[in-house]
Amino acid sequence: MAEINAVTAINQALLEMMQVDPRVVLLGEDVGPNGGVFRVSEGLWQQFGDQRVMDTPLAESGIVGSAIGMAIGGLRPIAEIQFMGFLYPALNQIFSHLGRVGQRSAGKFRVPLVVRIPYGGGIRAPEQHADSAEAMLVHTPGLKVVVPSTPYDAKGLLYAAVEDPDPVIFLEPIKLYRLGRMEVPSGRVSVPIGPARVARGGRDVTVVTWGAMNHLAMEAANELAQSSISVEIIDLRTLKPMDTKTIAESVQKTGRAVVLHEAPRTAGLGGEVVASIQDEAFWWLKTPVRRVTAYDVPYPPFAWEDWYMPTKERLVRAIQQALAD
Amino acid sequence: MSEAWPLYRVMGPESNHADRVEPETARNIYKDMVLLRTFDEKTINLQRQGRVGTFPPSLGQEAAEIGSAWALCPEDWMAPSYRDHGAIYVHGVPFQHVVLFAMGKGSSIDGKARVLPTSIPISSHLPHAVGLAMAAKTLNQERVAIAYFGDGGTSEGDFHEALNFAGVFRAPVIFFCQNNGWAISVPVSRQTATPTLVQKAAAYGIEGVRVDGNDALACYQVVQEARERALSNQGPSLIEALTYRIGPHTTADDPTRYRPAQELERWRGEMDPISRLREHLKARGGLSDQEALTIAEDAKALVNAAVEEALNAPAVAVETMFEHVYQVLPDFLIRQRQELQEVLAAFDKEGGQRG
Ligand SMILES: Cc1ncc(C[n+]2csc(CCOP(=O)(O)OP(=O)(O)O)c2C)c(N)n1
Ligand SMILES: [Mg+2]
Repeated sequence: MAEINAVTAINQALLEMMQVDPRVVLLGEDVGPNGGVFRVSEGLWQQFGDQRVMDTPLAESGIVGSAIGMAIGGLRPIAEIQFMGFLYPALNQIFSHLGRVGQRSAGKFRVPLVVRIPYGGGIRAPEQHADSAEAMLVHTPGLKVVVPSTPYDAKGLLYAAVEDPDPVIFLEPIKLYRLGRMEVPSGRVSVPIGPARVARGGRDVTVVTWGAMNHLAMEAANELAQSSISVEIIDLRTLKPMDTKTIAESVQKTGRAVVLHEAPRTAGLGGEVVASIQDEAFWWLKTPVRRVTAYDVPYPPFAWEDWYMPTKERLVRAIQQALAD
Repeated sequence: MSEAWPLYRVMGPESNHADRVEPETARNIYKDMVLLRTFDEKTINLQRQGRVGTFPPSLGQEAAEIGSAWALCPEDWMAPSYRDHGAIYVHGVPFQHVVLFAMGKGSSIDGKARVLPTSIPISSHLPHAVGLAMAAKTLNQERVAIAYFGDGGTSEGDFHEALNFAGVFRAPVIFFCQNNGWAISVPVSRQTATPTLVQKAAAYGIEGVRVDGNDALACYQVVQEARERALSNQGPSLIEALTYRIGPHTTADDPTRYRPAQELERWRGEMDPISRLREHLKARGGLSDQEALTIAEDAKALVNAAVEEALNAPAVAVETMFEHVYQVLPDFLIRQRQELQEVLAAFDKEGGQRG
């Protein structure tokens, strides 16, 4: 079995699903002959042509809005937003319609739409190309939100997202696109929407995270292992519906938790994770749950991004504090 | 349909408008176009060496960038996009700022020039230009606002909302669209089913002008005329400048993946905006070979010196990210800044090299 990176894994999933299901179509900016700015749709336009791989006019509201129509009309659209920072013109469609159609039509219509969004920082990108706005999407009723952090999960979750009867936001951590390869079988890979993944087992403290921050968590855990501190890492994978059971089980075991995300702190998803811990594992907690996040300032120019985003040192410090209290 | 909007030309055999540009202005336009190209070529090289970040050059679009901006007055407002470092320089942002910004060592704006920060989300700044123009009108200020954007930008909702507002409020605003044929890999034929972009002006009841975007003097004149209309309460204008992006979209882009090489030849050769202006000025007696040579050498020297200075400039303090987010920093951000300072101090103490 070949070892592939996340870009190839997503590309494979797209190719296989398009071969099997003629209802699956792709639309977005530069997804056609150019294969997407990250090459995720490489070769697909050449194989499936203009009707199934559509370079659209430069208009995100048009992309998501028309994809909602396509989905209601019987297609299985996969819409690509080029970077999360350019999702915002489409928020009207997402907030006003995407998650509401099922309820408002009393179940007569469903929207089996997948919106793929490269996101996140640490990639030396120009301004406004590195946002992490997942909390807004998770906050929106009616949506599911997934964020794979391995090539295997990327392929499996994309299958699950396209097969899902409801809208799924599929977040792709840009930093992980080409970072690391692993064996991923060809053909359908099954990773259901919902369950979190215990990325590393441990006894002393739980780190809850997702996306590219998994790598930071792993580095910190490796470092702390040298001083015999055993860190358990939960990779959420699905942000909504959130697997609070796996989080609670881990915290009930360790009694300590740190939530790590690269989005700004205030009203970030970390707060929701902390709330779920206090709901389901309060009596097991030995120390307060801490958050390690980006600061509450607009994403800065790339020269400062390493300090804006959580650093390994900040995470290590938070874990040590959680253990010391 | 395009006959209704004939291409406004000043230079060359197909000229349909007289050359009304002062000799000194024409020469300054030429100088800045050469400077812009020199800077772009240098910066592309620096990017390849990893010394600057992703960079969007204006190669091929120098006439539209520079000619248009020279027609403004310093009191006018400018709302630029990411590719408009040439225009913001002409409008008063010091060249050194432009260089430092490309290197991630400073902001793209300077307090003195009436230029908004370069806009990254396509066309999102067009409504701002309308608002700036409305403010100027309300405050009885003798000034216009100009927004710069590309062909792809005409597809966004914000473009249409901005033109509509401008029409309804008769705002003294100029929408300067550089149709360079491409929005990254997507040709303009995928942005619209209309044969021109300029005809969208008609739908909003505003003036539309289509100009040869590689004719610097024509670009200058159409903006000057649009400005005069705006200031005499004849309303806003949409200008479509037909040009071509001869380089990559940004240094991260590989145009050979999506566009035919033949197309490029013409734009690089006979249509090249810099040689066209040079030949025109020479024929008009406004520029000698020797002067052209000196201009090229001066541009190189200026760019090299500015780049050298920028490379040696100290990195901006990391804590700066907290500055100016609010006029008065709230307590919760003071605490977060404190946390960052502790992190930095610990890092420095361990002898770390700040990246
Ligand atoms: C709202 C938004 N969507 C997508 C992008 C990504 N993007 C950056 S430039 C570009 C193409 C722009 O083309 P055009 O408007 O013709 O301007 P040009 O780059 O040719 O100057 C795209 C799609 C963006 N910056 N903003
Ligand atoms: Mg363009």
